[in-house]
Amino acid sequence: MNATRDKTSPGEVRLLAVTSILGYGFPESALEIGMQADPHMIGADAGSTDPGPYYLGAGVPFCSRLSIKRDTRLMLLAAVPRGIPVVISTCGGAGGEPHLQFMAELVREIAREEKLDFKLALIHAEQDKGFIKQQLAAGKVKPASRRPALTVEQVDGAERIVALMGPEPFERALENGAQVILAGRATDPSIWAAGVARGGLPPEMGWYAGKMLECGAEPAAPKRDGCLLARVYQDYIDLEPTNPEQSCTRLSVANFALHENPSAIHHYEPGGMLDTSACSFEQLTDRIVRVRGMKWVPADVYTVKMEGVQRMGYRAISMLATRDPVLIKGIDDYLLRVRAIVDEKSRNFGVPEGGYKLSIRSYGLNGVMGEREPRTTTTAHELSFILEVLAPTQEVANAVIAIARTTTLHADFPGRMCKEGNMGIPFSPADVELGASYEFTVYHIVDAEDPYHLFPIEYLDVTQGATAEVKGQP
Amino acid sequence: MTVIRELASVCKSKNAGPFEVTIDVIFKSDELFERVLATGILNAALFARLYKVDESQVLFMPYPPARAFKATLPRLIPAGAFDDRDVYGAQQHAPILEVDIPD
Repeated sequence: MNATRDKTSPGEVRLLAVTSILGYGFPESALEIGMQADPHMIGADAGSTDPGPYYLGAGVPFCSRLSIKRDTRLMLLAAVPRGIPVVISTCGGAGGEPHLQFMAELVREIAREEKLDFKLALIHAEQDKGFIKQQLAAGKVKPASRRPALTVEQVDGAERIVALMGPEPFERALENGAQVILAGRATDPSIWAAGVARGGLPPEMGWYAGKMLECGAEPAAPKRDGCLLARVYQDYIDLEPTNPEQSCTRLSVANFALHENPSAIHHYEPGGMLDTSACSFEQLTDRIVRVRGMKWVPADVYTVKMEGVQRMGYRAISMLATRDPVLIKGIDDYLLRVRAIVDEKSRNFGVPEGGYKLSIRSYGLNGVMGEREPRTTTTAHELSFILEVLAPTQEVANAVIAIARTTTLHADFPGRMCKEGNMGIPFSPADVELGASYEFTVYHIVDAEDPYHLFPIEYLDVTQGATAEVKGQP
Repeated sequence: MTVIRELASVCKSKNAGPFEVTIDVIFKSDELFERVLATGILNAALFARLYKVDESQVLFMPYPPARAFKATLPRLIPAGAFDDRDVYGAQQHAPILEVDIPD
């Protein structure tokens, strides 16, 4: 028996989600109020695929080190001295190995600065391509999101592949006495499902609590930064925001079931499916909602989702805007002419045909929705453009963006009155290198065989920032 | 006729993973939700037409506990790939705002 288990009063588990994404921030007062409830575990998920493929590919977080350190420091200071476990999943935003190491280093730095001692568990989620190819050959990989089947070329071509762990590795690390757990990619609710399972409550309670806690105080209204406290029992869950400006209402909680899920009622997770179709919502107090009726349908095969990205080339962009009414009227023809000139001039300096891609986003026209924009005309008095070039090397991307920018600035058009330039260019330098460009190519579900072996756990004793490996634990 | 912009309390879009976008329309009262449901105007075919995908690719469902309708459909460009315009999928709701509901 360890401290975590001892504090679990029979039939109740209290979990505190500190923020929606580690590094987004939360009021210190909301954390303090949450800690007064004496939670059995506090945590946050640190990531998402929402910011796009770059961060997984490049191995960097999408929040700043400064903001992540601020949130993490407050969590460690609130929980470690009281022996309450701190669990952070999808470290560094994408949960690959460099992302996990980034967080491990940051946590050691905080331990040194704040003179904290704790047992640290690191749970890895970056995947070996060999196992994936073996499962692919055995027919044990299927697409997610109604995508095409995975190919060996996509596995080989991926810059990095992570798998999304379920609750089991977290449960094991908690069982082994880890006080701070940093994990690579996990499904958003997994850490909470683990916390509830540790308290001996059924899986549907853990997964539902997790679905509510995965974005901090998002299930509360009005929208504020804050923490969310879940009190989980045998057959219901009470949800309460700790920011006094916020309340959970039946509607705010029910609405959150829609969030980022393809379905409002079926949520697929490692090892099964959470069915919320029979959930009922009771307004317990003006700030607390009680939910019951969730079901867990175990799967026959233990599967996990994988995410992987491929480097597609290098990008550069440039931003320009016009205030010329004649140009705006004939903008479609003008942009076609720009493309033709860029093509010709790029070939002249040695870029082969098809050796780059140029996108022109026209803001004020269809910049946000592109092909899905229902409006075909504009009454705007100014239009802005973002030119984007993708090419096999940064050198070619830079060269083509420069000629595209110059051409958009200076090309002729019928009725032109201002021959000094067609665009206001807001910056010098005008062009921005975006570096390597990635695309999600692996978004598939693999038969994991068991919940643990894809997610090895490493234990370290942190003594005011110094670490020593703990050997001999699973 | 009244457009959804004037009837709904929430109309939002967001990624559901990098290859799909999910659109939620939530009404102010159970009565309004039931009325819109009864018209049958919000359905998979409408979302397919507005978002230029085949109807078979639209997962559509009313969700009464939240007075909501939900549609999930493929993105035309994967999140963050070349020429994507909305990495988070958070600004794809506008066409729904203009849908007319009979009085």
